[in-house]
Order: sequence, then C-alpha cells, then structure tokens
Amino acid sequence: MKRNLVMIGNGMAGVRCIEEILKRNSEMFKITIIGDEHYPNYNRIMLSHVLQGKTEISDIHINDWQWYDDHNITLFTGERVTEINPTEKEVITDQGKHVSYDELIIATGSSAFILPVPGSGLEGVIGFRNIEDTELMLEAARQYKKAIVIGGGLLGLEAARGLMDQGMDVQVVHLLSSLMEQQLDPSAAKMLKKDLEAQGMQFLMEKQTTEIYGNERVEGIHFSDGTSVECDLVVMAVGIKPNIQLAKHAGLQVNRGIVVNEYMQTSAPAIYAVGECAEHNGITYGLVAPLYEQGITLAEHITNSETNGYQGSILSTQLKVAGCDLFSGGKIAEDDQTEAIIVHDQFAGVYKKILVTDNKVVGVVLYGDASDGTRLFSMLKKGTDISGFTSAAVLQKAGEDTLDEMITDMSAEETVCGCNGVTKGAIVQSILEQDLKTYEEVKTCTKAGSSCGKCRGVVEAILAHTLGDGFDPEAEKPGMCPCTPLTRDEVVAEIKEKGLQSPKEVRHVLKFKNEEGCPTCRPALNYYMRMLMPEQYEDDKASRFVNERMNGNIQNNGTFSVVPRMYGGTTTGDDLIRLGEVANKYNVPLVKITGASRVGLYGVKKEDVPRVWEDLGMRSGYAYSKSLRNVKSCVGSRFCRFGTQDSLGLGIRLEQEIEMVDTPHKMKMGVSGCPRNCAEVLTKDFGVVCVENGYQLYLGGNGGTEVREGDTFITVATEEEVIMMAKAFTQYYRETGIYNERTAPWVERIGLDNIKIALLDKVQHAELVERFNQAKATYEEAWASALQDQKQKELFEIIKK
Amino acid sequence: MGATKEKVKIMKLEDLPKQIGKEVHVNGKSIALFQLSNGEVRAIGSRCPHTNGPLAEGIVSGEFVFCPLQNWKISLNTGEVQKPDDGAVPTYTAEVDNGYVYITV
Ligand code: SRM
Ligand SMILES: Cc1cc2nc3c(=O)[nH]c(=O)nc-3n(C[C@H](O)[C@H](O)[C@H](O)COP(=O)(O)OP(=O)(O)OC[C@H]3O[C@@H](n4cnc5c(N)ncnc54)[C@H](O)[C@@H]3O)c2cc1C
Ligand code: SF4
Ligand code: FES
Repeated sequence: MKRNLVMIGNGMAGVRCIEEILKRNSEMFKITIIGDEHYPNYNRIMLSHVLQGKTEISDIHINDWQWYDDHNITLFTGERVTEINPTEKEVITDQGKHVSYDELIIATGSSAFILPVPGSGLEGVIGFRNIEDTELMLEAARQYKKAIVIGGGLLGLEAARGLMDQGMDVQVVHLLSSLMEQQLDPSAAKMLKKDLEAQGMQFLMEKQTTEIYGNERVEGIHFSDGTSVECDLVVMAVGIKPNIQLAKHAGLQVNRGIVVNEYMQTSAPAIYAVGECAEHNGITYGLVAPLYEQGITLAEHITNSETNGYQGSILSTQLKVAGCDLFSGGKIAEDDQTEAIIVHDQFAGVYKKILVTDNKVVGVVLYGDASDGTRLFSMLKKGTDISGFTSAAVLQKAGEDTLDEMITDMSAEETVCGCNGVTKGAIVQSILEQDLKTYEEVKTCTKAGSSCGKCRGVVEAILAHTLGDGFDPEAEKPGMCPCTPLTRDEVVAEIKEKGLQSPKEVRHVLKFKNEEGCPTCRPALNYYMRMLMPEQYEDDKASRFVNERMNGNIQNNGTFSVVPRMYGGTTTGDDLIRLGEVANKYNVPLVKITGASRVGLYGVKKEDVPRVWEDLGMRSGYAYSKSLRNVKSCVGSRFCRFGTQDSLGLGIRLEQEIEMVDTPHKMKMGVSGCPRNCAEVLTKDFGVVCVENGYQLYLGGNGGTEVREGDTFITVATEEEVIMMAKAFTQYYRETGIYNERTAPWVERIGLDNIKIALLDKVQHAELVERFNQAKATYEEAWASALQDQKQKELFEIIKK
Repeated sequence: MGATKEKVKIMKLEDLPKQIGKEVHVNGKSIALFQLSNGEVRAIGSRCPHTNGPLAEGIVSGEFVFCPLQNWKISLNTGEVQKPDDGAVPTYTAEVDNGYVYITV
C-alpha cells in the first residue's frame, strides 16, 4: 500500500522536495499538494525580472500542470488549509475538504511583513511576494506616477528598479543609514547607492514610517521626524514573516519559524516542515539555495535513503539589478577574530573585501566587479587554507588556471546553481549525455543559471573543463556571423578606430575565422565600409547577394524581374506604351502591378535583362535593393475632396531625395493626404500623415512578416522639414542599424526615445542630414550606369561553346 | 562510355571576375565557372540539386559557393552539397593556360 503524503503549500521549496522524493522513490507515496495560489509551481525569484520587463509571467513556471499529472500528484490550487489535526492525521481546507495523511509536509513559505502602522490597509499598499502583487504593481504603474518602496534591502531595491522600468518615479525609504545592511558593509553600500542614484532612484535614508495616509487609496506617508511625502503606491519590502499559524494552532513547537530537527521533522514525528516556514538551529532562511538543501535532506529521510541530515547553510547573495554588480557571502563586518584584505579602486568603481579568520576566508563583499564571487565563496565554503597565498593572489581576478583548479577540486555533489539546486555532477552528466556545447544549452537542459544568473562563470568553466579541447568559447557570443564573436557594433567601432580600409583587411585584422568571410558577413562588411566611407570605399560586387549584384530580383527558375521607378506611383501614357512594347518584344511571361504600386515585368530571361532596361530607358525602381523601395502616396489635395496637402507631390519628392542610398535593409515610405490614410503609412518604415496644420511623422512601421505599427514622433509644419527629417532618420538608421535589420526591430532595439533625441537635437539633426547628402552624392542610378559598364553587362551573358 | 573528353577553350582569365560565377554552356552541358580569390579556377554543374538554383549567381567564399535561392553550400572542389543538406553536382577539370581558361568536358 502506498502511503499518503500531503503537502501544504505549492511553492518553490516544497515542490522541489517532492521532485527529490520522486527521484528517489516514485512508488512509495500517493501525493497530494494543496496550495492557495492559483498557479502551478513558479519561480518566485523571477517576479523581479517580470517587474523589470525582462520576462513574462507566462515564462516563469517551473512545473506545469502536465508535470503534476505525469507524476500522479493530486493538486488543489486556490485552496487554503485552515487546520491541521495531528490526532486524526488530517488537514481541513477552506472549502471543507478533509484530507488524511500518513506523512505531512508544511511548506507554507512566508508572507511579506506589513508594518503595523495606521493606514497600512489602504488600497495601493502592498507587499512583493507573489504573482498577484506583481500584477497589482504593473497595473498601478499604468495608472499612477509616484511610488514609494519601504525597505532598502535586496527585495526593495529590485522592486524599486522594476517600478522605474515601468515608468514610475520611485523613492526608496530606508530606516538605516546604509542600504542592504545585512549583505554589504558601508563602503560597498555607498557605491551601490551612488550607482542607483545615477539610474534615477531616489532615497530617503534614516526615515521611520509612522503613518500611511489617504482616503480610500494611499496618498502619502508620514515619518517620525515630522516630514512626509506624497505617493500613489507603497510597496513594503521590510522583511518576511514565516507562515507558522497552522503549525502553532496544531500545537507544534514554533519560534520565529516552525522548529525542525536535522531531518526537517517538527515536534510531531509524522509532520515535517521545509522552506522559509522552517526554523533550523535557530535560523530561518529567505533564499532558495538553503531551502533546496533542506528539501533534499527531507527527501532522503522520508524515502529511507542515506542522509547526513541538514547542517545549516552559509548564504551568498547577488542583486538582480542591471548595472550594480555585487556579491556578498558569509560575514560582512570585521571583528576581533577577523582580518580584512581590502582593495578599493574608487576610480574604476571596484571594491573587494575579504574577511579572514585563521587563514580561512569567512566573508566576501565585492562591488563593481563580482566575477570572483563564486571562486572566493567556494574557498569560504570549503575552508581552503590561504596561508600559501599572498593577499594579491587571493584577490586576483580568477585566471584560467585557478578557476580550472577549482572545478577539478569540486565534488560532484557540490551545488553550482543555488537558485535551482543544480550540482556539478548533474551539469557534467548533461553535457556528456546530451552533447551540450554552450552555456545557453546547459541552461536550457539543466536550469543552471536560469534564475539569477550568478553561476554563469562556474557553469562555463565546467563546460570548458568537461569538453577540454572541444570547448569553443567563441560559440557562446552571438557575433555578427559564424566567422567572428564580435558584434556589429564592435566591428564597426574597430573599423573606425583602426582605420581599416577593406573587408579583407577587416577580416584579417579582426581575426575572422574564415578569411574570405561567409554569405552573412560579406555583404554586411561591404555595407558598413561604404556607410563609413562613402567617398573612398569602392563597392565590392562579389560581396553582394545576387539581387543587388545584378540589380534585379532572381526568381525561382533563375529568371529576373524588372521593376522601373514610378515616383509616388505615377506614370505616363508614353511610359505605359513603352512598357507594353518591351514586354511583347521579349515575350515577358507576366506583367503585373506590384505590391508597391508600380509595374513589374516578371520572368525576364537573364541574357535579356540588360536589353530590356536599355529598351525601356527608365530609372530602376530598386525593387531588389537594401535601400528605399518606393514611397506609396495617395492622390491627396490635387484631386481628393478630403486631401489637406499635396501628398502626391511630397511623396514624389521624398522618393527622389532618398532613393538609391544603401540602408541596412530595404525601406518603404508612405504619404497620406489625410488621416483616412489611403497610403497605409502606419506600416511603413517612415510614414507621413498630412493634416490641416502640417505633417505627422511616423517611424518603424512594418507590414511584412511581423506587422508593427509605426510610432508617431513629431508633427512638422513644412514639406521641407519632412524631407530633412526623412534624411536624418535614414542616416541615423544607416549608421546604427545592423545589416539586414528593418527599422521595426531597430526601433525596438535602439529605443524610440533615443532615436527621438538624435533626430530632434538641432546639431545632431543637421549633421545627420549633411552626412546623408554626402553619401547620396556618391550614388548613380543603377541601370543607367550598368548599361555603360561592359563588365556589369557581361554578368548577364552566358558563354556558349 | 569512355567517350573521349575534350578540353575546350572558354574565355580569357582576365574577363572572369574573381568570386563572381559565369554560366557557360559547353557541348550541351550547363556549367558554372569560377575564379577563386587565389586565382585558381573551378567548374561545376550550374544547377543546385535543391530546386535548380543557378549556382553561377551564388556568393563565393573560399572553395564553396552558396546557392542564391535557399543558400545551400556546395564545394567547388568535389561538387558535394555540405551538411545539413545532401546531394552533389558534377565537377569538371578547369585550368588556365597562357591566360585562357579551359574546361575539360
Ligand atoms: C514584387 C513584390 C510582389 C509583387 O509582385 O507585387 C515583392 C516581391 C518580393 N518581395 Fe516583397 N514584394 C513586394 C511588396 C512587398 C510588400 C508590400 C509593400 O511594399 O507595401 C511587403 C510588406 C510591407 C513591408 O515590407 O513592410 C513585402 C514584404 C516582403 C518581405 C518581408 C519584409 C519584413 O520586414 O518582414 C520580404 C523578405 C525580405 O525582405 O527579407 C520580401 C521579399 C521579396 C522578394 C524580393 C523575395 C526575394 O528576396 O527574392 C520578392 C521578389 C519577387 C520577384 O520575383 O521579384 N517582401 N513585399 C512587391 C514589390 C515590388 C516593388 O518594389 O514594386
Ligand atoms: C521578488 C522576489 C525575489 C526573490 N529573489 C530571490 C533571489 O534572487 N534568490 C533567492 O535565493 N531567493 C529569492 N527570493 C526568495 C525565494 O523566492 C523564497 O525563498 C522561496 O520562494 C521560498 O520557498 P518556499 O517554498 O519556502 O515558499 P513559497 O515559494 O512562498 O511557497 C509557499 C506557498 O505556500 C502557500 N501557502 C501558504 N500558506 C498556505 C496555506 N495555509 N494553505 C495553502 N497554501 C499555503 C503560499 O501561498 C505559497 O504559494 C525572492 C523572493 C521574491 C518575492
Ligand atoms: S488619404 Fe485622404 S486625401 Fe488621400 S486619397 Fe485618401 S481620403 Fe483622399
Ligand atoms: S535551389 Fe539551391 S538552395 Fe534551394
């Protein structure tokens, strides 16, 4: 007969313990989990990332519904246990269910501690603990402007950063004079405060909250010194309170938490407690690493596996706020027994303190560069004797050797990723069994590094150690192509800095793996070079994709399309007659109005292409290029009864002013004569809506694979200003875009605000226009010049023998 | 079989741009001819085994050409399609003699 195992609480520590139990013996128990949240187990840690807009709530589940099914676990969500009855061996829920158990695990975690001050029950006063709190904050950020976070600890600062990311003005109220006083010493705390202030976070230090005021919703806070501040949201992050009421009422021994022995057994033998609600040896923990260790111990004990019992844990922490690199582990303050090794480089903003007792590391505080955290913390946990080291050697940034040695010394059971409880052994095993090559792959397969990310360095070192020569550090970085780990920006910066003159030189000097490049970087380098040096650099035809090299779109059977320019979609009777004659002469299989409002001749045989252009005598429509394709324009005030401006005239001008110049990807523009928007300009890279008093400009629209509505960014008064803005916009895109990146993803990547700053700043605007004009002057209409160039024409010839 | 092969004079080497292919029809065969960046010449069947892409129009990098339609990578030395795709195109001996390119067909 299976035994009934019931668990109260469906959170991180509890479910992890169940996983460990199943790993050891999946047949022993019939498992029931009762949790009062409405979700399967999720990664609470990631709520900070959700608030900071780095991930979505839908992406933070650890175990999905299916997992419970697959393991025959009965799960009740949205249901609260209200009573434990140890004599009857059953629990009772708020929905009146009686569930009997042979063994019971209490894993109820903690709740946010809410200061017992008047007004703490007002609407808009919350803790930061679960999905609902997070959603409340996201909602508040949409409606309100001013937020106060009470508590300058880990959780408070992460909440504050998140609310700022959501667009709120945030003030952090802290009782003491130093932030994160449990993890940082005053020197490091000062640096942290400075960095956060630079990000725009405001602090009210040494303030004690005495009252929260407001009618229904919070309106502000009073402090003990008589001052007060106004706000629309208060987040309390002053600490956590273990959820022990159930245990207390059931007569179990409680203190701050539910008291347990080294097997996580409470004072009632069949009842266990694990996680933040448990108190071991006088300590309750608030970070997952020790809680997972507890879960493993309990799993070992309850399945009758061999166990050493839980011995307590030394903690290390890191802050999940970009731009504040810190690490803290073990002790933080000197005392009589400790000596400190301190390096403080104020210029570089780096602070490192290591506390030593009897030649052993007992504490680490790092700020500004936390890359040595894991190595030093590992020395601390192992009790490495450092008498053989000079102090410089202890502090030294981990070189390859020391890190590699550390990995060699690490036992298979040692935990590498504290957040997810992944051991070195588990990582090595997945690398070998699943043939993993990169950190990203290890992260996906083992979860190591997927929460706070601080173990990345060690995971990479294990990867290097395990793969030996097979490890390719370059494989990690998303370089611009497989030939180089350098990104687009790095490559462009190097070209400028080193004054590189040709793609060949770039590949050579920057040590591209393949000295001739690949189809990804060849055209990209060619583009960057010409963008940077429009006057000196000679276009390299061999580096262009066939469509651009031949000035025509290659089609499925090797034929080409011919699309002449028709500015703004306009043509003439004579041009149409000529198009008809040429189409007949060369037996063109398809004549069609293209999706960009002009005439296309499709299926032209390769050898005929130059002749067709010669006979047409028209300008190229650049339907094959990474440059302006067309400006879709409605008829506007010339004929339309609603037209407010000459949209057609403006469209024609725009097309003439911007055409031919290479851009990172193709560009489309549009001009509508009124907000009815017949030219669909909201899905153009650059769109103009004419209105009575001027021209509304939109940028970053796209109607292709992923539709994106353009962002409105300014209304200007004259046609002239529209043209100038189009030039500045195009040039800014040319200078900052990644080759093959349309303006839609470019706007997302660079940020609309940054683009606005560049385009609206008078000086920068004028310089961009100037550089655009310079570049434009170096371009000649493609087909007129191709027909003059014997070599270019020969590209279309087939040699017959 | 055993039909005698013929060495056919095609064009001046100087008229064949480096790294840009040339489509050549010889004795009923359609061939893509290339000059590599090191000056050597190569000749392979002109059609990609995938959907008949015209290989003479592909980007050349080192000793490979990338089909202009769907980017299959083909060795100019062996004619083999590179992984993850499969297949092969014929190869022909191409050489330079006195400034002229010859293909043996
Ligand atoms: C000819 C035309 C279809 C037609 O028969 O009407 C066309 C044809 C091709 N489009 Fe397009 N697109 C044509 C209008 C559009 C439009 C509509 C528009 O411009 O208003 C769109 C959506 C709007 C947009 O771009 O925002 C469009 C979105 C795409 C995309 C997806 C772009 C994206 O950012 O998601 C591609 C793929 C790419 O560029 O990488 C593409 C790629 C292509 C290519 C060039 C495929 C290629 O690389 O070989 C096609 C060439 C076919 C040929 O035989 O010449 N075509 N394409 C249209 C324009 C010809 C012209 O310039 O006059
Ligand atoms: C925003 C945020 C960021 C954090 N960042 C980090 C970090 O970077 N690193 C780190 O190590 N830790 C971090 N933590 C702490 C970590 O999330 C907790 O230590 C961990 O979740 C505790 O696990 P637990 O299972 O004990 O409790 P919980 O995960 O809280 O699970 C307890 C569950 O029991 C439920 N419950 C309680 N009472 C009952 C009842 N009577 N009936 C039914 N269900 C009940 C609760 O609703 C809850 O779902 C963070 C926490 C937060 C909130
Ligand atoms: S956008 Fe306005 S002005 Fe232009 S055609 Fe449509 S209705 Fe007329
Ligand atoms: S035809 Fe060559 S890749 Fe498809």
